[in-house]
Amino acid sequence: MKDKKHYILGVFDDDDVVMHAAHDVRHEGVKIHELFSPFPIHGIDDVLGYKRSRLPRAAFMFGALGLTCGLTMMIWMNGFDWPMNVGGKPNAPIPDFVPISFECTVLFSAFGMVGTFLVASNLMPWSKPDILDVRITDDKFVIAIDLDKNKKSKEEIAALLWKTGAKEVNEKEI
Amino acid sequence: MQVSSHVRPPLVTGGKTYHDVTNDISKHVESAPNIRWIAAFTVSFLTLCYGLFCVYRTLWFGIGEWGLNKTVGWAWDITNFVWWVGIGHAGTLISAILLLFRQKWRTSINRAAEAMTIFAVLCAASFILAHMGRPWVGYWPLPLPNTFGSLWVNFNSPLVWDVFAISTYLSVSTVFWYIGLIPDLGTIRDRATNTISKIIYGALSLGWTGGAKDWSRYEAVCLILAGLSTPLVLSVHTIVSMDFATSVIPGWHTTIFPPYFVAGAIFSGFAMVLTLMIVTRAVYKLEDYITLEHIESMNKIIILTGSIVGVAYITEFFIAWYSGVEYESYCFINRATGPYWWAYWSMMTCNVLSPQLFWIKKIRRSIAATFILSIVVNIGMWFERFVIIVSSLHRDYVPSSWAMFYPTYVDVGVYINSFGLFFTLFFLFAKFLPVVNMAEIKAVLKSSSGSQPVHH
Repeated sequence: MKDKKHYILGVFDDDDVVMHAAHDVRHEGVKIHELFSPFPIHGIDDVLGYKRSRLPRAAFMFGALGLTCGLTMMIWMNGFDWPMNVGGKPNAPIPDFVPISFECTVLFSAFGMVGTFLVASNLMPWSKPDILDVRITDDKFVIAIDLDKNKKSKEEIAALLWKTGAKEVNEKEI
Repeated sequence: MQVSSHVRPPLVTGGKTYHDVTNDISKHVESAPNIRWIAAFTVSFLTLCYGLFCVYRTLWFGIGEWGLNKTVGWAWDITNFVWWVGIGHAGTLISAILLLFRQKWRTSINRAAEAMTIFAVLCAASFILAHMGRPWVGYWPLPLPNTFGSLWVNFNSPLVWDVFAISTYLSVSTVFWYIGLIPDLGTIRDRATNTISKIIYGALSLGWTGGAKDWSRYEAVCLILAGLSTPLVLSVHTIVSMDFATSVIPGWHTTIFPPYFVAGAIFSGFAMVLTLMIVTRAVYKLEDYITLEHIESMNKIIILTGSIVGVAYITEFFIAWYSGVEYESYCFINRATGPYWWAYWSMMTCNVLSPQLFWIKKIRRSIAATFILSIVVNIGMWFERFVIIVSSLHRDYVPSSWAMFYPTYVDVGVYINSFGLFFTLFFLFAKFLPVVNMAEIKAVLKSSSGSQPVHH
């Protein structure tokens, strides 16, 4: 059995206000579980103390893998496994292999990175997300604070959220 | 704070709030299909059915049903293929290159343009399969061990490059499009009232919550995908042009082909985006999202790419003479004055002259003129491919093998089939998925909307 989690939710309706609120809440030593928004807010990563995503590195590694696989495949098939004489040209001409090497790089890189993203963020068709407020994907910005992971009392946190400009403060058990 | 600029007009008009954006776009997914949609869908589906009859003729009796002959071995099939692939370039261009250039006006048209890209590439792929004559062995160009011996495909062949380019392009574009859809599918899921929608959109949205960590990764993924797609979109039509350029047929064997094909692809793709968006905008009343500014911006890209195409035509003609190669010179003189002169001059009129009308601001900002010219451009681009393919082939080196190509009703039907397929898929998309990227519109709403969102 999964233990129920107790969240306190500060609901905001402006991205600038919620960004300042997140900053102030963290400044008061309250740990934020997550900040939810209908669209990406620029600069929110720094406010929440998130590190830069390492997905670009994953993309590069998968791309390098794709390049290697593509080139190895072509050189092995046409150069070694079954060399064919095409107009007396070399069996493994690298310039002719550039287009397919490039396509393999892009293919592996795109699919590898997207796959990593989906796994890292647990985005799967069977995922059962904890939807804290259905208005998040519409027009509301929500700061979710896990009560069990914070020393401050419920009332103190609620007061802090009200002070920073929340339009509503709700509690949710999931 | 609303930052208003006198230089840049707003991207979204009508003083929309975030909630208005959600409502305006989602309501088309949630409501029952209206009569106009049903009518349009029925027409395209019937077109598809008629076309499928001609596809059946092609598959059952072979490509002898087409007007091909020994001299002209490629005609409508490859013309249609190149035409559709070209149309399929605008979506990724809008979402990738314009993203890298931080052109925010792309936000309201990128979703539909990307969908159009995917459907156009599917149509193109259908011609590749059909022109093989034996589509049930369509997997032969893949690098699989040959059942009859250990022979691999020839990686020196641009036709094999094409297989990799088109399939990579199709799959990467689909992934790019789908990643962009996830947050909006989340919106539809959270608004869904009936169980079936909840289950379907719940699965499709992959459990999206809108957390800051996920958004941060999402943005990184979109940026990298844009970075990958930019060279990809350029490579695809480059490789398609190499199908011709690496041959030794006069009229095909030219080094100008890659850039010239890419410009032509963007040109026809933007024209098709305009054709579709002008209709979608009117039917779905999206005038506040797809404004005259968007249409004008796209028309400017049409002037640019149309002019590049025009310069390429003239350069090609000049080089044919300047090279001193008599076969090449003859090929070009024959294009302009031979039996296919009408195709050549249709191409010149539609592609070189007609887009120049967009220099006039009144025409550039007129919906009716844009709609007509966008169709004219695509007619011209179809003729361009027809001219390149058929006029280069029909007069062989030996005059005894000179021939003409005349399309049969099956040729026409297979082409009509691709229109049926394209529009059927587009109408399904427009009904069941949000046609405008809501999350991205919301992100640019504050800085570039007509008036400030309401603060309570």
